[in-house]
Amino acid sequence: MASSEEDGTVEEKENNNKRRTKSALATAWLTFYNIAMTAGWLVLAIAMMRFYIQKGTHKGLYRSIARTLKFFQTFALVEVGHCAIGIIRTSVIVTGVQVCSRIFMVWFITNSIRQIQNEESVILFLVVWTMTEITRYSYYTFNLLHHLPYFIKWARYNLFIVLYPLGVIGELMTIYAALPFVRRSGIYSMRLPNKYNVSFDYYYCLIIVMLSYIPLFPQLFFHMLRQRRRVLHGEVIVEKDD
Amino acid sequence: MDALALEATSTKKPVNGVPSPSSVPAPTPAKRKPAKKTKKAVVFFEVEILDGKTKDKLCFLDKVEPNATIGEIKSMFHKSHPQWYPARQSIRLDAKGKSLKDEDVLQHLPVGTTATFYFRDLGAQISWVTVFLTEYTGPLVLYLMFYFRVPLIYASKYDFSTSKHWVVHLACMCHSFHFLKRLLETLFVHRFSHGTMPLRNIFKNCTYYWGFAAWMAYYINHPLYTPPIYGEQQIRLALILFLFCQIGNFSIHIALRNLRPPGTNNCNTCSKTRKIPYPTKNPFTWIFVLVSCPNYTYELGSWLGFTLMTQCLPVAFFTLVGFIQMTVWAKGKHRSYLKEFRDYPPLRSPILPFIL
Repeated sequence: MASSEEDGTVEEKENNNKRRTKSALATAWLTFYNIAMTAGWLVLAIAMMRFYIQKGTHKGLYRSIARTLKFFQTFALVEVGHCAIGIIRTSVIVTGVQVCSRIFMVWFITNSIRQIQNEESVILFLVVWTMTEITRYSYYTFNLLHHLPYFIKWARYNLFIVLYPLGVIGELMTIYAALPFVRRSGIYSMRLPNKYNVSFDYYYCLIIVMLSYIPLFPQLFFHMLRQRRRVLHGEVIVEKDD
Repeated sequence: MDALALEATSTKKPVNGVPSPSSVPAPTPAKRKPAKKTKKAVVFFEVEILDGKTKDKLCFLDKVEPNATIGEIKSMFHKSHPQWYPARQSIRLDAKGKSLKDEDVLQHLPVGTTATFYFRDLGAQISWVTVFLTEYTGPLVLYLMFYFRVPLIYASKYDFSTSKHWVVHLACMCHSFHFLKRLLETLFVHRFSHGTMPLRNIFKNCTYYWGFAAWMAYYINHPLYTPPIYGEQQIRLALILFLFCQIGNFSIHIALRNLRPPGTNNCNTCSKTRKIPYPTKNPFTWIFVLVSCPNYTYELGSWLGFTLMTQCLPVAFFTLVGFIQMTVWAKGKHRSYLKEFRDYPPLRSPILPFIL
């Protein structure tokens, strides 16, 4: 038992050295990443506003920003990588669920089911996402530059209280609107008989996805609330250890 | 170990000899100095058990024998706190440290004569045997329900009908054989190193096994099932692979069982790893030369065989998930072998020869 304790301290010193060199590179990359994402979502926000001002309607708005949206939202997958390699201290699972739900909405709902692209609920969640992401990425950017204006911090940890539920409503309404079109077209579905001996019904999958918001949304929301208490009020929250 | 504890060990022999009033002849004192009528100093220990999180004093035991084991201390603790049966107690020297083993002896631990231990509640426990039996009976029964096309699963015109493909009957026999084998091994072959596991595991494990079994069985026994593309050749090869790996898996289980002495079947007291497993006369165990956990290797092989036999994507999925989990276990086991044995054969890989 004694020898393993010694090994532990030697390893610790090595790890500290590794951490110091890694963190310079990591900080540089993260700063670049967050600036790029802030810029990207700002571009999206401006494009959306310009379209609405010029055309006076939301119809066709999605189509006009679709490519930019897909690019920046998909790129957010690297954040899961950040958590996995440890340069961001957030749970991989929490980040993974959030990013995956976004990817799912963008690629498997609005991108592939054209008939719902002009729904109002799409505009709702797009506006919510844009506001949330601009706040979030600019918060990270300023944090990394050690120059965080209080209003950004305030925005990040308070706006979500309204935006998160609104976003969920927008997403759920969109999926709900997509259901009849999925049923009719049989998109992403596979029926028996086939040589893989498997079947998949996207229609019921979507219903399960909608139902999964019920347990998942509160967990993510309360996670954000806990973060908020910790950051804004400096409360120490005793996490349950297993 | 402090001097008092050392003294306690040296005075152990006579102390144990003293209390018996029966007609056992007294040991000849030839090797020892002629016994003076000295007071035999028996150093009893005092044991203090604190809550690992709140540091509250939960229990104080005095007059604890120096050769008492942690297991015995747990029983004593259980008497004062009946809701915490020994299986759910984790006793540690340091509140955040590793749990002490049941067979650790009090005087051999780095404690003074007043030992302070920290207690952590492991939560409700359930025996490994119970969990295994439950999680394996489910797939056995569920698959047969799908095989016999019990009503409400498929369209009612198919109720209680039988599949026209002979591979479906074969698959049912293989699947049922596999889980029957697992059940019998649980009852008669395996020697478990832990008695219990947390209660919530049974829900997790049963969901996994029962869920996958139902998912696989649904498609294999479906009226619209498509038999393998390459027909009889594919099925025959798959069956050979399956049977080969079933025998292999069983041989490994027997070999591992023989490493542990008999009477350790119901075990809280035996250590996790005892001896390095080596190939025996049985050719199926020769894989030990290349692999640390060949039981997992053979298990993977069995399920690959079953996947090939049924050509069913859910089976492939189950095989993949099982493989990932078994790799994690094999790597852990391999690591603990390496840690425990300096002379561990270097050629061995955890689960796949030379690869993983």
